[in-house]
Amino acid sequence: MPETNNTLLEVKNLTMDFGGLRAVDAVSLSVSAGEIVALIGPNGAGKTTFFNCVTGIYKPTKGDVLVHPPEKKSQKINGFKSNRVTTIGMARTFQNIRLFQNMTVLENVMIGRHCRTTTNIVGAILRGKKTKRQERETVERSYELLEKVGLVDDADEFAKNLPYGAQRRLEIARAMATDPFLLLLDEPAAGMNPQETKDLDELIVRIRDTEKIAILLIEHDMKLVMNISDRIYVMEYGKEIAQGAPMDIRNNPKVIEAYLGEETDA
Amino acid sequence: MVDNIKRSLLVALWFVFLTFPLMVVKVNTLKSIVEWRWMNMLWVAIGAFALSLVWRWAMARRQLKSKKAEQGEDESVKAGFATRLMEDPKLYKPALIVIALATIVFPLVVDIYQTNIMVLALIFVVLGLGLNVTVGLAGLLDLGYVAFFAVGAYTYGVLNSFYGLGFWTCLPIGGLMGALFGIALGFPILRLRGDYLAIVTLGFGSIAKIVIENWEEVFNGAKGIAGIPRPGFFGAEMNITSATTYTYYLMILMVVFAIFITNRLKDSRIGRAWMALREDEIACVAMGVDMAKTKLGAYAFGAFWAGLAGVIFAARNTYINPNSFTFMESALVLSIVVMGGMGSIIGVIIAALVLILMPEYLRAFSEYRMLMFGAVMVLMMIFRPEGLIANVRRKYTGRKVTTEDANA
Repeated sequence: MPETNNTLLEVKNLTMDFGGLRAVDAVSLSVSAGEIVALIGPNGAGKTTFFNCVTGIYKPTKGDVLVHPPEKKSQKINGFKSNRVTTIGMARTFQNIRLFQNMTVLENVMIGRHCRTTTNIVGAILRGKKTKRQERETVERSYELLEKVGLVDDADEFAKNLPYGAQRRLEIARAMATDPFLLLLDEPAAGMNPQETKDLDELIVRIRDTEKIAILLIEHDMKLVMNISDRIYVMEYGKEIAQGAPMDIRNNPKVIEAYLGEETDA
Repeated sequence: MVDNIKRSLLVALWFVFLTFPLMVVKVNTLKSIVEWRWMNMLWVAIGAFALSLVWRWAMARRQLKSKKAEQGEDESVKAGFATRLMEDPKLYKPALIVIALATIVFPLVVDIYQTNIMVLALIFVVLGLGLNVTVGLAGLLDLGYVAFFAVGAYTYGVLNSFYGLGFWTCLPIGGLMGALFGIALGFPILRLRGDYLAIVTLGFGSIAKIVIENWEEVFNGAKGIAGIPRPGFFGAEMNITSATTYTYYLMILMVVFAIFITNRLKDSRIGRAWMALREDEIACVAMGVDMAKTKLGAYAFGAFWAGLAGVIFAARNTYINPNSFTFMESALVLSIVVMGGMGSIIGVIIAALVLILMPEYLRAFSEYRMLMFGAVMVLMMIFRPEGLIANVRRKYTGRKVTTEDANA
């Protein structure tokens, strides 16, 4: 996909310290509309911390996080709470699945609609026309999303009863329910078998193409990353050591040394 | 089975041996003789044997159940009687009518004492429903819930004794005051979770009682406030019997009202957000739910019911003092919620009735009340950790039919 000027997310020199430990050191990154961008690096490189800074779970020590939502004015979102970040239009999934275990699959997705609906306590009690309409729309939209990730038949199942791969897909559906322009996926293929990974591969590309949602993902599965990403950023020890197209990254000696190490077959 | 009996016999023997010095041998120091109470030994043996047998049977049943659940053939196939009752309209409609008739006729067939106890039980039903929102739905453990109950009761007591405000004026004020205090407590503990939350709320409950006890000018201290009028009915004069009956019907209305409202909230955007908050706070916030607003809402809403119940409590007793608002009451309401089943409305109602009415009708065993209470709780945790009636999640009907089109 050709590089466009339509930048959605722009991170400039983001730094995150935990006491004396610098987990993320002056990392810059940008994601444009229609792109799938991957962030890779060895364990402990600071990828998830970077995600947490961008989505407002941590407040970055230094640096700027700028978002340029389509058709809206740009915003600097450092230190915004994560619910505001999500409302602006960046939704995420988690490395260690964080579903609402004792709620049904459908309800999980419905929670994603929370920030796009407005019913308050009084409205919920009176259950007026507007509330009913919103409720109906929420259910319909949630079913639609479940269809997209192939979970419609499990809609009334408790989230905890789903197999692992399905839980990952449910997390993606839940994030998509917030109507994001950018989806941040934290190791979506972790723990999946090759077939599930292949399905996920297709799902991510489909989300980008049909839903027009750009994607930033952290992933260890190199096959998946090389397959679907337009650009790749590589981190090591909190620093960004390379960026570029998959082919360049594959042949970058610095990346091979830092990331692959002795495991040349990875 | 034979094995179980053998083991139970061994247990019985062991208990006989253990309790021998206590239950059988009695040294009479006055007459300097030893009394041998052999009958006691027999009772211990029979009791231990029976209990052990029942215990073994229950444990075996439980194991069988969990084994079945693992194989995925539980619940849906063999739903419990209660669940079936709730889901089948043919069954629950007549049941509902019978219950409704029984509640209406109740004060007319029993005496005033029974009605009065029932009013108390219904007050605890409302308290249970309120706390059910905070603890059961939103997962915010609150050990000081009785503080809001006290706020409601004293709102009525104080406003009445100082300004002569009547019951109907004070009812909404009491509820709102409860909610206000709920928010006041909510703010400092927004960030707390689990044990820490429990400790702070526990402290809040104690503080409320201590303030009431020591602020003589306003709350009349430990003496309490007396002469609080019963609920009025357009200024009609009522004797105690009719006033109690009236309070009873009022309470029934309030319970229905509480069920209606909590039910609606449960199946709404707000209720879902509360549940999500209980399940996983970080994920919930990351999905765009405003944590502060949602939590404060849950506290305020739960406290609102406690405030309302407090006003009625004051009106029912016509006298309030700080001793009605101890930690025991908080624990009792919490037990109602836990025993009934977190988030389950019907479960909470049943648990409230059981836990309040049982001690009243079993006055003969009042010395063992706490012992039985504890035993019931422990047994509940072992055999039905999800509560008497587990919370059934609502199924939404949407466009399920289109699955095949989507896959095609």
